[in-house]
Amino acid sequence: MGKKFISVTADFSEDGQVKPVRLNWENGRRFEIDRITDIRKAASLKAGGIGLRYTCMIAGKQVYLYKDQDQWFMEVND
Amino acid sequence: MERVILHSDLNNFYASVECLYHPELRDKPVVVGGDEEARHGIVLAKNQIAKAYGIKTGDVLWEARRKCPGLVSVPANFELYLKFSKKVREIYADYTDLIEPFGIDENWLDVTGSLGLYGSGENIADAIRKRVYEELGVTVSVGVSFNKIFAKLGSDMKKPNATTIITKENYPSAIWQLPASDLLYVGRSTEKKLSAMCVHTIGDLARCDVNLLHKRLGVWGIMLHRFANGEDHSPVAKREAESCIKSVGNSTTAPRDLTTPEDVKAVFYMLAESVAARLRGYGLKCTGVQIYIRDKDLISCERQAKLAFPSCLTSEIAEKAMEIFTSKYHMSKALRSIGVRGIYLVPENEACQLDMFSDQQWREKLEKAERAVDEIRDRFGYFAIQKGILLKDRKLTGINPKDDHIIFPAGYLNGKVV
Repeated sequence: MGKKFISVTADFSEDGQVKPVRLNWENGRRFEIDRITDIRKAASLKAGGIGLRYTCMIAGKQVYLYKDQDQWFMEVND
Repeated sequence: MERVILHSDLNNFYASVECLYHPELRDKPVVVGGDEEARHGIVLAKNQIAKAYGIKTGDVLWEARRKCPGLVSVPANFELYLKFSKKVREIYADYTDLIEPFGIDENWLDVTGSLGLYGSGENIADAIRKRVYEELGVTVSVGVSFNKIFAKLGSDMKKPNATTIITKENYPSAIWQLPASDLLYVGRSTEKKLSAMCVHTIGDLARCDVNLLHKRLGVWGIMLHRFANGEDHSPVAKREAESCIKSVGNSTTAPRDLTTPEDVKAVFYMLAESVAARLRGYGLKCTGVQIYIRDKDLISCERQAKLAFPSCLTSEIAEKAMEIFTSKYHMSKALRSIGVRGIYLVPENEACQLDMFSDQQWREKLEKAERAVDEIRDRFGYFAIQKGILLKDRKLTGINPKDDHIIFPAGYLNGKVV
């Protein structure tokens, strides 16, 4: 397992909340986030890091997306 | 009402943070080490696996490698550790506002007032451990007791990631069999004195005649006797890490041994510059200066003196340091590390007694000049402007002590013997 920093399109609400909308993958593919089911502070032992963890549903699959300060990362299989 | 005090200690703190960020290192023996090239090559922290090889904090890196051939040494990243330290304290702050830091990785918490909300001290300790692990991926050991001394003892007893409870009822059976040196403030020399009195355990200390202890150890003897009997009533100070500053100091292990007073002076200037800048940053002035000297045989001493006026000026602090050095120290051996500390701090705008013969206007000008230097450095970097004396030997003085060295443990007694 490794850590992958990714480009994310996000919504910034007027009260300062940040919600990711779409993952922009390196080969140009885009993945819309259908639903966010949970947001909490969490450590990722698999990727190695900490941040605000968004539990996202993407095409029926559950994915953890982490925001550490101004960077987004995911746990990926090497 | 009986207090409930927690002492929370981050396990193998630096090494745990490094292992979190480097998953590939987690099953290997890992130490966080200083910079070997700059002769700071000692073990600052180690993980559990390295610990099993007998590696201790303070070991020289080559010594550690000999104990454990496959050892992985990673450089320290203090900025990251400070970030974690702050985040851990944010978790504590959900349970109490009485948080007293003791170094970067330890804190006392007085949770007496939160018991109605969260249940027992044990519940709070367990909740904190769970959250620190889930949110930050590192572990803490927590001691729960009715005073700070026993809470600290407790956090040392079970590691890693454990809660230890020491109550008024069980403390004689729980801790009296522990060596006296486990008690806070029983250092090497006190241990030796106690040992000569056949006091080896905390229980021996608790049962020892307090008059005898007073005779041999002075007021410390009475204090330790009280500690061993659970009579520590010192409060958990309600304060931020920043507001607990009792002194501002910097020290360094020089890249090469210091052999002449000129070497010493240059390094004093470099350190005093950082001390003065930090004092200005905190809005403080010092009314005394303390120096720290350690020679190449690692024998160290500290000496101090008062300043004529409260000061945050590099030149005054450095010159005072040099004056103490020449008058109180005989330089018979080469020096390995030295330090300068501003002590007896006062707010910068506090009124001070002037005299007729010193040039206060000149001092004010100097202060303005130094503040201008601070601004230049903020905008263009530390090395954008430097004192001439520091350019003589760039290898010796080419470091930025203000930002390279940022760990300031808080004193438990605040300079007073209770």
